[in-house]
Amino acid sequence: MLQSIHPSAPATTAVRRPSFAWLRVLSPLVLLALWQIASSTGLISPRTLAAPSQVLASFGSLLASGELEHHLLISLGRAARGLAFAIVLGGGLALIAGLSRTGEYIIDAPIQMFRTLPVVALVPLFIIWFGIGELPKIALVTVAAIFPIYLALYAGIRGVDANLIELAGVIGLSRSALIRHVILPGALPMALVGLRYSLAISLVILVIAEQVNATSGIGYLISDARDFMRTDVIVVGLLVYALLGLTVDVLVRWLERRLLAWRPSFVEATP
Amino acid sequence: MKASHEEQTVSVRAATRRFGSTTALDGVELSIAPGEFVALLGRSGSGKSTLLRLMAGLDSPTTGEVRVPQERMVVFQEPRLLPWKTAIQNVSLGLARDNPLEHARAALAEVGLEHRLHAYPSTLSGGEAQRTALARALVRDPKLLLLDEPFAALDALTRIRMHRLIEALWVRHNPAVLLITHDVDEALLLADRALVLDKGRIAAAIEVDLVRPRELGQPGFLGLRKRLLSAIGVHDLALPDETPPARSAPTENTLSIVPALRRQLA
Repeated sequence: MLQSIHPSAPATTAVRRPSFAWLRVLSPLVLLALWQIASSTGLISPRTLAAPSQVLASFGSLLASGELEHHLLISLGRAARGLAFAIVLGGGLALIAGLSRTGEYIIDAPIQMFRTLPVVALVPLFIIWFGIGELPKIALVTVAAIFPIYLALYAGIRGVDANLIELAGVIGLSRSALIRHVILPGALPMALVGLRYSLAISLVILVIAEQVNATSGIGYLISDARDFMRTDVIVVGLLVYALLGLTVDVLVRWLERRLLAWRPSFVEATP
Repeated sequence: MKASHEEQTVSVRAATRRFGSTTALDGVELSIAPGEFVALLGRSGSGKSTLLRLMAGLDSPTTGEVRVPQERMVVFQEPRLLPWKTAIQNVSLGLARDNPLEHARAALAEVGLEHRLHAYPSTLSGGEAQRTALARALVRDPKLLLLDEPFAALDALTRIRMHRLIEALWVRHNPAVLLITHDVDEALLLADRALVLDKGRIAAAIEVDLVRPRELGQPGFLGLRKRLLSAIGVHDLALPDETPPARSAPTENTLSIVPALRRQLA
């Protein structure tokens, strides 16, 4: 049987398909509305969970008093320092293990052992070692964030196309040029995946670290609110963490766009 | 034809390469004169790529001797461009001379890609990518150019254009060339000499004494083609009578000979 195939829509509309993106915004809004209704009608007691309106009000007053900014900055500082150590240590170890067999033998086995330890279980030990100041909190973040960076960068280095490494030999690249122009750019996409995981994990660990003997930070804000049954403040703290997670994701996406501009998906997207 | 005592660009003596119990190359003898264009044919697994890898210095013989110039370059079947570098960066990378970018630009212009200098490999067509790889090889002025089925993945029209380009570049730069190919016509269009490798040995060497520029079916072409095909071990095709060539004839090799032969005989 013959079938005739006609040109469908003009090319311009073919690119823009009918979009249901507004549904993505709508469904959280509906959930929020249900929550507000349940709180207002007394279905959810404020002791269980504060109403969204109450959370918003507390958010505003915490902002106005400068309290929220103060704790947020301290938390960010801890996360940044812990993460910086993790990037240097995890990245350094991955380079050594990825680029040399000897390095792999020495480094990889212990890392694979330690990475299965639950970091939270280290808290008591870290308190004994580092006391209750800033150090144990930063150290916890570092330890947790090292592993994603190490694993991803190591896998990235080992996953570089062997054909390209062979080609580097053919055109006579030195070892340092090979690492700089072939291996590191080849491992970069994986390294950024590792960074994304590390950023997420450092925030999670921060929540735990800041609820142990802390006097500042978002985690402290939450545990302090717990003592006074202030579910509204607890929710504000949780919201801040969620916003941080979102920010971090946007940040890494931006980095990927800049650093991986050569990838087909980005090349097509940016004229 | 072989200037026997002149200095040869390539000299392979009794080269044997074994992988475990299998013998990939079995006492290969091969000389390539300066500026000579040699095509190497053979079924899959005949040892073609092993021989090329020995000559590229990517592998060494189990026994025997392989003497090749320092200035040698390889173009592989895949272009092997670094995806994170633009065409011109790929060509200039590791180029140890003044103004590497200027030389890279000139080399890309020579292969007709002056308008694609700053394109990333993911945006290049198959032919453009392979021409970039060719520019990367030529910019280093090799005395020996090793081509490992560089046109195999290209469509037929692009391949014809690549044949012309490679011949023009060979005439201008005059390196010795070893071209591995599955395509009998390609070998006859380009090479001074066609070698057939079988079970790790050079089973046949055929001088291709056709006048250049060459075209399919020029005087002498069909005769050489028959000789070359029978050296490879394809006998049952060249019968210009009513019985059409058997469809089952193409072997494991992608010898694209049946349609072309029909055209010749029509």
